[in-house]
This record gives sequence, structure tokens and C-alpha cells, in this order.
Amino acid sequence: MTEGTLRAAAPPAVHPREGDSQWAIAARRFRRDRLALGGLALVVILSALAIFAPLAAPYDPIAQHDIVATSLQPPSPAHALGTDLFGRDVLSRIIYGARISLTIGFLAVIISVTLGTLLGAVAGYFGGWADTLVMRFTDTVLAFPRLILLILIVALFHPSVLLIILVLGFTQWPGTARIVRGEVLSLREREFIQAARALGFGRARIILRHIVPNVLGPVIVAATLGIGNTIVLEAGLSFLGLGVQPPMPSWGSMVADGRGNLIGAWWVATFPGLTIVLTVLAFNLVGDGLRDALDPRLRQ
Amino acid sequence: MTGFITRRVLGAIPLLLAVATLIFIVLDLAPGDPAAQYFNPNVPPEVYEQLRRNLGLDQPLATRYGKWLGSFLTGDFGYSFAQNRPVANVVLDALPNTLLLAVVAIGAMFVVGVLVGVLQAVRQHGWADRILSVIGLFFYSMPSFWLALMLMLVFSLKAHQWGWPIAFPATGITSFDYEFLSPWGKFTDRLSHLVLPATTLTLVLAAGVARYTRGQMLEVIRQDYIRTARAKGLPERTVVLKHALRNSLIPVVTLVGLYLPLLFSGTVFVETIFSWPGMGRVIFDAISQRDAPVIMATSFVFATLVVIGNLLADVLYAVVDPRIRYD
Repeated sequence: MTEGTLRAAAPPAVHPREGDSQWAIAARRFRRDRLALGGLALVVILSALAIFAPLAAPYDPIAQHDIVATSLQPPSPAHALGTDLFGRDVLSRIIYGARISLTIGFLAVIISVTLGTLLGAVAGYFGGWADTLVMRFTDTVLAFPRLILLILIVALFHPSVLLIILVLGFTQWPGTARIVRGEVLSLREREFIQAARALGFGRARIILRHIVPNVLGPVIVAATLGIGNTIVLEAGLSFLGLGVQPPMPSWGSMVADGRGNLIGAWWVATFPGLTIVLTVLAFNLVGDGLRDALDPRLRQ
Repeated sequence: MTGFITRRVLGAIPLLLAVATLIFIVLDLAPGDPAAQYFNPNVPPEVYEQLRRNLGLDQPLATRYGKWLGSFLTGDFGYSFAQNRPVANVVLDALPNTLLLAVVAIGAMFVVGVLVGVLQAVRQHGWADRILSVIGLFFYSMPSFWLALMLMLVFSLKAHQWGWPIAFPATGITSFDYEFLSPWGKFTDRLSHLVLPATTLTLVLAAGVARYTRGQMLEVIRQDYIRTARAKGLPERTVVLKHALRNSLIPVVTLVGLYLPLLFSGTVFVETIFSWPGMGRVIFDAISQRDAPVIMATSFVFATLVVIGNLLADVLYAVVDPRIRYD
């Protein structure tokens, strides 16, 4: 992974055809990876459930009816995953919770990947004080247990979905920045970048048009794995009561709801947590598959 | 070697200063001030103003930062607003409990992770490798708070209910009757309280170690000296355990530094769920109570532990890998 993943020189493995781009080769390799395809299918299903939540969910996720009659019912044909303390259908709340979790995951990662790629590229390309500044700041953020920084910021300000997206996005970039910087350091000295410089292209153009596309492979992998990581963190914040606020359903706060009556009503905490595991697992499988597919060293 | 260590220690100082500054800035940017907790409609505004002056809140940012940093660096962490006792005492009470949990979890995570990783590498693409990969990825994707609740549900609450021979205690660090136990009873009592919290942290983190060890082993096994070792007729066991494993373990050492922040993040959940009186719980309580002096001290201690962990990993790396030149 120390070399750009998009060069055409790698020994192609899967029956190369004339004029195949590296992306086409990677796509073919990805399609043969059954675990990664399973992960992708799960991601697609979850996204569809999130988008069409009102159609997919059997009940209203927030409405409370006759609490005495419906509270804490075990899984049954009427309520496949049971009901919570307030008589709300757990399955419906999980489906609506997917909206929040996936939205926060995607948006926060878009922020972090954009920031990380730009800062990493600038640090790696210019070197000198820009590099020192970015890398020292990266070290400072990485020296901190991230969750503690997150609860510190969220608790001291007022928890809201927007704040959580911003905080997660703005604390995740150091990892991406490090990867990109490493890639750029080796790209910087390559002939095609020197040629671009010799042609008199501006720095912004060289970075955005010639360097960034060549580090996209590792960045895409980092982003995919980052979505899983972000979903776990958001769930953790919500579990602590610092994330998505009730009555809006969120997987993390649903697990927290079940904590009070773990023996009597195990289903309230178990199923939302299982959903988190499956979702994160899906993104990690896709990320792993992409890493293998995009790594030219593995093509044999 | 001494020079290398000295340089690394000196390099950690600006990093810790930056961390302290970051904590100060975050707390200062937050709305509301520490005097607000004394606010009461019966207290006249002059008294409230006097309180603010006593706490030094009327002074400019730079003055406050200078004073705070000065006392912070001389070991004066101030007084906890919520607990009404010196912050140093709060930290000293909690730190040993967290360190115990962390050391046990790190040890177990490396033992389990390396064993599983080696097994997978030896059986690459076999059934054991695939099954362990999926199980590993499953735990790797698991939020620690949920795993903690599930372990508590099955191995403590339900185990009691179903009358299993072994049921672990769900909360605390010792039992109610701890003082009346024999020395051996005290030891096993503490140990049984440690099992569930430590297992939670271990399982979540060992999966990453296993993945990394597997990758390292596979790279090393491909090298020429391994082929030589096999060619001269050494048993496979010796090749794997003596020749391959030793070289694979070198980079695994650096994982300590990488995993410490994750571990400490995990302690916040695990200590809250299992009522373990450690730093993770102290910092979470302090944040909910807006107990600024405790927040500052505990987050600084966490960052210091991470930096020390990284330092140890670097030094250890230089010691075990003769190729690293540290002059």
C-alpha cells in the first residue's frame, strides 16, 4: 500500500483485458469476494430499510398506546422483537434507528475523509512547517482517548444530531491524514508529478488533479471502515445519554433503555445491540474486501 | 540507548503541553461557568459576583491559562466542585483500579490475539482460519457497552437464575463481606469481580491483535530464511514458533500504543456498567456534573498514560528489533 494503487504496471491476475482500468480490475476482484459481497448486500438492505422506514416498520416507533397492556412484551408474532418499557415496538424502533445511525455515519465520514485527505496531502506535499503543524496536531488528537474528547465536547455543549455529526467528523480525520501523508510522500518524487511541475501547473491543481486521485484507494478503504467505527461511537454516545435524544430512536439509547431490566426483558437491549454489530460487521467486510481488491500487491 | 530514551521523553513534553492546552480550550469554550452551580435566586448578585472573583473567573483568558498551567505543572490539580475534596485524592483513589483492569486486559488481549493470529496464519485459507476470521471480525465490530451487558446478562444474572455452578458478580470490585474473608478468599473475590470487565475489554481488542498477528506471520512465513529453516529439516513446530513467531511479534509490540486510547475509551463504558470505581467512571461522572477541575485532571492523566504507553512501545520496539538504530 506504499505505492499508488491506480498505476497500470501491476501484474494483473484476473484475465486482464485490453484497456482495463485499475478500477475495473478491482471491481472484478471485489465481485469474487463472497464475504465482501455479503457485507455489501447487508449495507444495501439496511440503507433500503432506513430510506423506506415508514413502509418497512410495522408500528409507529414513538407512539405509546396503552402502556400497562403493551409494556415489555416478549417477542411474539405481533411484536417480532418484543416491546420496550413504554410499549413501543422494538423492531420498528430499530428500523427507524437505522436512519439516524447511517445518516450520522455517512455525513461524519464525508467530513473526516475530506479534511483528512486535504490536510494529509498538504502536509505530505509541502513538507516543512506545514507538515510539522499538521502532524503534531494529529499526534495531539491521537494521544487522547477519542471517546473522552467526544463526551467532553458533547456534554459541555448541548447534544444534538448536528453537533454529533460535526464532532465525530472533526475528530476522525487524523487517521486518514496519516495514511494520505504517507502515500503522498512517496508520490511526490515520482516522474509524473515532476512532469506536472515542469509543465508549470499550480500547486492546487497538482494536489487535487494528480495526487488526490492516486491516493483514493486507501482513502476509500479508510472511509468504509470509518463508517463502522463512527456508528459504534455514535451508539456509545447515545448509550451514555449524550447522543441522539429521546424520543428519537437510536440503537445506542435503545440498548441503554434495556439496561434497567436486563433479566426481565432481555430483548430490549439485545436486539438493537445485535443490529449495531451486524451493521458495523457489514461495513468492515466491505472495507476489507475493498482493501484486498485495490491492493496491487495481492494480485497473483 | 539512553540518549534515545531521553530524546523520546523530551519529545513527549510538548505533546503533553498541547494536550493540556486543548483540554483548557475545550472547557473554556463551553457555555456556562463553574460558578453557575452556586447560583440560587436567594443569593444576591453581589455575592455571586464575589464568588466569580474568588474563583478567578473575572480575569482575562491568558491570565487564567497561565495560572492554571502553573499550578497544574506543579502538581496542584485543585479542588473537586462535586466531591469537595482535592482532585489529587479523587484521581489517586481511582487510578489503581483502572490500571489493574487495563494491565489485565492488555495482557489477556495479547495472549489471546497472538495465539489466534498464529493459528490462523498456520492454517491460512483453511476452515479454522475462515471461522476464526469471521468470529474475530464479529467481536471487532462489537460495541463494548453491548458486549458488557450481554456478558453480565448471561454469566452473572442468568447464571444465578439458572443455578449455574459459576456465576460472576455483576458489579463492584469486591463483595459486601470482603472484610470478613480469608486472604485466599479475598484474592478469589477480587479475581471473580475482575473477570467480566476484563473479558469485555479483552474480547473487543484481541480481535484486532489477531488480525494484525496473522498478517505479520503470513509476511514472515514467505521469507527466505523460513524456507531455509524448513529445507534443513526443522520440524514445522520449531519453524513456526521459534523462527517465524519471534520476528512477527516485533511490530505487534507497537500495537500497545495504538490500542491504549481504545482501551481507555472502553473503560468508560465498562466501568460505568460494572460499577468499577476507576478513572473512566470518574471522568464520566465529572463531565455530567461539570466538575471542571476533575475533568481536566482525569483527561490529562489519560493522555499521559497514552503517551507513556507509546513511549514504552517505542523503546521496547528498539530493544527487540536490532535493525532499529536509535542513535
